[in-house]
Amino acid sequence: MAEFIIKRVLQAMVVLLIMTVLVFFGVNVIGNPVYIFASSECDQACLTKTIAELGLDRPLWEQYFVFLSNLLQGDLGNSFTHGIPALSLIFERLPATLELAICALAMALGFGLPLGIWAGLHPDTIISRCIMAFSMIAFSLPVFWIGLIMILTFSVQLGWMPAVGRGDTVDVFGTELSALTLDGLHHLVMPAFTLSLIMMAIVIRLTRAGMREVIFADYIKFARANGIRERRILTTHVMKNLLIPIVTVLGMEFGGVIAFAVVVESIFSWPGVGKMLIDAIGVLDRPLIVAYLIFVVFMFVVLNLLVDILYSLLDPRVRLGGNQT
Amino acid sequence: MTSVLNVKDLHTSFVMPDLTIAALQGVSLSVDKGEILGLVGESGSGKTLTGFSINRLLSAPGRVVQGEVLLHGQDVLSLGEEDMRHLRGRRIAMIFQDPMMTLNPVLRIETQMRDALRAHEKMSKAMARTRAIAALDEVGIPAPESRLRSYPHELSGGMRQRVAIAIALLHQPDVIIADEPTTALDVTIQGQILSLVQNLCRDRGTALIWITHDLAVVAGIADRLAVMYAGRVVEIGPVDDLLDAPAHPYTRGLIDSVPARGQRGQRLKQIPGRMPALTELPVGCSFAPRCEHAKAACAALPDMTALDAERSVRCFYPLAEGSA
Repeated sequence: MAEFIIKRVLQAMVVLLIMTVLVFFGVNVIGNPVYIFASSECDQACLTKTIAELGLDRPLWEQYFVFLSNLLQGDLGNSFTHGIPALSLIFERLPATLELAICALAMALGFGLPLGIWAGLHPDTIISRCIMAFSMIAFSLPVFWIGLIMILTFSVQLGWMPAVGRGDTVDVFGTELSALTLDGLHHLVMPAFTLSLIMMAIVIRLTRAGMREVIFADYIKFARANGIRERRILTTHVMKNLLIPIVTVLGMEFGGVIAFAVVVESIFSWPGVGKMLIDAIGVLDRPLIVAYLIFVVFMFVVLNLLVDILYSLLDPRVRLGGNQT
Repeated sequence: MTSVLNVKDLHTSFVMPDLTIAALQGVSLSVDKGEILGLVGESGSGKTLTGFSINRLLSAPGRVVQGEVLLHGQDVLSLGEEDMRHLRGRRIAMIFQDPMMTLNPVLRIETQMRDALRAHEKMSKAMARTRAIAALDEVGIPAPESRLRSYPHELSGGMRQRVAIAIALLHQPDVIIADEPTTALDVTIQGQILSLVQNLCRDRGTALIWITHDLAVVAGIADRLAVMYAGRVVEIGPVDDLLDAPAHPYTRGLIDSVPARGQRGQRLKQIPGRMPALTELPVGCSFAPRCEHAKAACAALPDMTALDAERSVRCFYPLAEGSA
């Protein structure tokens, strides 16, 4: 296990290094941020001065090594527009995104598992077909379109749901949370549901497919032949086998949900990191964009590691490190 | 002697919207306390289906459409679902063919045994543990305490089958239905498992239905034999009588298909043709098309006819002793 983790951490460092190169050079070839945020009165001398201040006059490879050495000290640079460290900006915005993503995950599992189980148990019923059709639609329709239609329906036409913002928040250990106030919850439901749809579709399909396989397994028949209660068979004997693929896929998917909450956050004006990224791209705030992308890569690497560890806990046949017994 | 389990005229069908396939067409058999009944037949003859019909674990669209299953005189088929659940594992237990598949791969042996215990008795974890250790010890598993922590994949095939047997025996059932429990095992392990089950059942007076296609296996273990063909029992009787002097041509054919010592170099006898599909069974005796003794009368379905007090056969022209 320890050997496995060390190996993975080393791999992760290589991945991160490659990503810094791609991201840094990629972002630095587009546009000139100075033109965007320098005031209109700024003359050539002022522009040159600003460029020198930001270190943009130096060769790109030199800029990269400055960036890299700062990165090793945990410094991802200051945001051009806000003037404060990019990392602290990200962490300031991250709780809102995490809240949204975790609610979406909870919804995906909370609705997806029961629906998938039901569809797996009664595969030929009309309701089951409806569930599968729903999952297909949820998976295929573009997220922004669903978001807009939801706003149009529930906010504009029916007036039931607020269209934008987080609503009232409560301060818990220095982080603002919406989910703890009624108003906040009210604001959270639509964006979280929109964000959860793709995950929910995946959960439904995986659960149904897993059910169809597991309930016909000999060990389930054997459990029945031993008189074990159906409820216990379903919640333990079937479920534990079912969860293996779901955890794997959702773990991967969850990183994507956080990273690409961009669309949902933009539509619902949810003040998370995704919204921040869009704003940063709008003004070519290079350090912030780079910092965000590096953060996302880092998060994916960590999530993958967690999934592997969780996987080995769920499936006793998997032993990390490859020394099979 | 009153039999522990008495199956009378059991009919099981696969009932689909546009088609009904009669898979079991009147299976009757009984097994006494401490007795081992071998249930023999080719693949598709309905032996496994008989087992699942008895403890009502048929998966849809399979359904028992007629007949009685009496456990100590009580009709199992009329029980409610919860009563039936309470019967499974406690009074009728099962052992399956492939020990690789019968234990849940992601649950520890302890969890699986505890669940089986708690299905019928309220008990503490510690109590369940003690019972599980005792049960594992009884089936000859070394160091049962540490085996409880194992997952199935950490045990060998023979060990797994022992665990499955231990689970089946947990509640001292009246009947065990063993569905080819040695087929997937090595020959040496087969022998161990055979004598293990035989001894355990003898000691406790458990009735055992041993389903197999292997006459050699069943000859060594069973007291009585029931031969199935195309969804019906065609011959039933004490194992020695039946093997020495089979009355049904199909039983004769089965016995002749087993390679024996002293016949080296001779051509092995085969039963010509194959068992008809359930959808195209002949009207009369279903074995008639393959039978060298078939006559015009065989176009009608023969009943089970008693040959003596213990034997009966479903044939118009039972073979006389010594003939072939």
